[in-house]
Amino acid sequence: MSTSDTPPVRQEDDDLQAARRPHRDTAGRVFAGLSTGAGTLILVVLAAVAAFLLLRAWPALTAGSEELAAISWIPDHGSIVRYVGPLVFGTLVAAVLALLMAVPVAVGIALFISHYAPRRLAASLGYVVDLLAAIPSVIYGLWGGLWLSRRLEGVWGWLADNLGFIPLFEGPAATPPRVMMTVGVVLAVMILPIITAVAREVFLQTPRLHEEAALALGATRWEMVRMAVLPFGRSGLISASMLGLGRALGETMAVLMILSPGLTYSFALLLAGRHQTIAANIALQFPEASPLGVSALIATGLALFVITLAVNMAARWVVARRKDFSGAN
Amino acid sequence: MAQRIDVKDLDVYYGTFHAVADVSMMIEARSVTALIGPSGCGKSTFLRTLNRMHEVIPGARVDGTVTVDGVDLYDPAVDPVAVRRQIGMVFQRPNPFPTMSIAENVLAGVRLNNRRISKSDAADLVETSLRGANLWKEVKDRLDRPGSSLSGGQQQRLCIARAIAVKPQILLMDEPASALDPISTLAIEDLIAELKNDYTIVIVTHNMQQAARVSDRTAFFNVAGTGEPGRLIEMDDTRTMFSTPSVQATEDYISGRFG
Repeated sequence: MSTSDTPPVRQEDDDLQAARRPHRDTAGRVFAGLSTGAGTLILVVLAAVAAFLLLRAWPALTAGSEELAAISWIPDHGSIVRYVGPLVFGTLVAAVLALLMAVPVAVGIALFISHYAPRRLAASLGYVVDLLAAIPSVIYGLWGGLWLSRRLEGVWGWLADNLGFIPLFEGPAATPPRVMMTVGVVLAVMILPIITAVAREVFLQTPRLHEEAALALGATRWEMVRMAVLPFGRSGLISASMLGLGRALGETMAVLMILSPGLTYSFALLLAGRHQTIAANIALQFPEASPLGVSALIATGLALFVITLAVNMAARWVVARRKDFSGAN
Repeated sequence: MAQRIDVKDLDVYYGTFHAVADVSMMIEARSVTALIGPSGCGKSTFLRTLNRMHEVIPGARVDGTVTVDGVDLYDPAVDPVAVRRQIGMVFQRPNPFPTMSIAENVLAGVRLNNRRISKSDAADLVETSLRGANLWKEVKDRLDRPGSSLSGGQQQRLCIARAIAVKPQILLMDEPASALDPISTLAIEDLIAELKNDYTIVIVTHNMQQAARVSDRTAFFNVAGTGEPGRLIEMDDTRTMFSTPSVQATEDYISGRFG
């Protein structure tokens, strides 16, 4: 700290001059531009889809009941809301049914792979699950319609005979079982791999620290899973379910090939000719639809779009509600 | 409540790797025993064998006996889960459950025992445990906030509260203050001094001054080289260890000549 030391003034000046110059970080700016552009693009696409659906659905939304009644596959009353209603209902029933069946099984498989199976078995099982997730849905649809549904016939018959007092299982079960319950099972099988794959990934991310905290308190393996793994994976599991739900909501071919369609608000899952989903209905009617008919179908598509948005926002809200407790902070 | 630990001829292996060789020691009840030694000498591994936490790592196994209250922890009839309920552990990095509130964290171990405890008993237990960990005053107004909202030092004391809430016989601490600032470290050390009235405490530390400050007895571990097993070099009263150790390596380590 002696005063005779002359500080290297020049050197510092140079450094400061360099700092004042606009930085020449080209790569950084290019990357920032690209990522901003990509982020904007997704919003633009979303807006474009919404605008397209609204514009094209407009004629049907504003059409009079006589005009709509002229379309052969729209029932008598000729109101677009009355037409969309049962389709929305059928779509939601199919998707919820599939989720109810798929999520518990997916969580079980994912936990087995991440925390119970011996390491070698876990690796190959994980690989198989990823493979299953990559199979196109039309294959599941064919398999469900041609093979699985015949095996389910007896099960549905038994359900209707023994649990028929529950309105859900009201009999007699339709044969062949071209019913909502079969659709639910096939959709569940279809979304199972993707939910399992994501859930497994989420469970594997559980910090070792928290698992050891539980074990050191004297937790058994299952208690450790309940204390540390499941709470930590909660938001990821919700995301995984949403991914599966999205697939179930939009699934076309499998439903088309299995379900005997109908437009009612019925909870009887074992009766044929009661339900239809939006996606399958569009595929079924589109080829022979008049211009107004196409517009009506697009209106149902708009409803599907709104459902998907609403479901995703609800999921976000559920995740955000307990953000403080997520472990992310 | 506090129990003596009697370790005889203990060897620890990870698969084919011999991690710790031939340790015998007596750990007194109601005292603080510090385990010191250079990195990789097996002191943390040894600590984790005292509540069978090392078994969490696949391929880990142990030869020898660890006797607490007349029971060999490695007797085939003994359930490791039961062992861990009796012998609490505090880790190097604070690990409160992020998805639980402060109060739920304290009660986590008690709830495991499937004991249905009444609301008022639970509230009492939360208070006594947090008081026992010198944390009550700081958190009593926000017991329903997440445990991860606390500072690092507070989180570590929360983990200690969680460990003592199940009233263990023994408390194992694996470098409990190494991730904390000096003031939080001091708070933990004061706490250890109080806790030894009720518990048998074994603490691993890299900090020589800390060992000298908090412990009654000190054990020095060393390792001859990589791939070699860690060994207990000597164990004595802390004062003796830090003034006139009987082995040259101990003196070299304590005076900072290696490690």
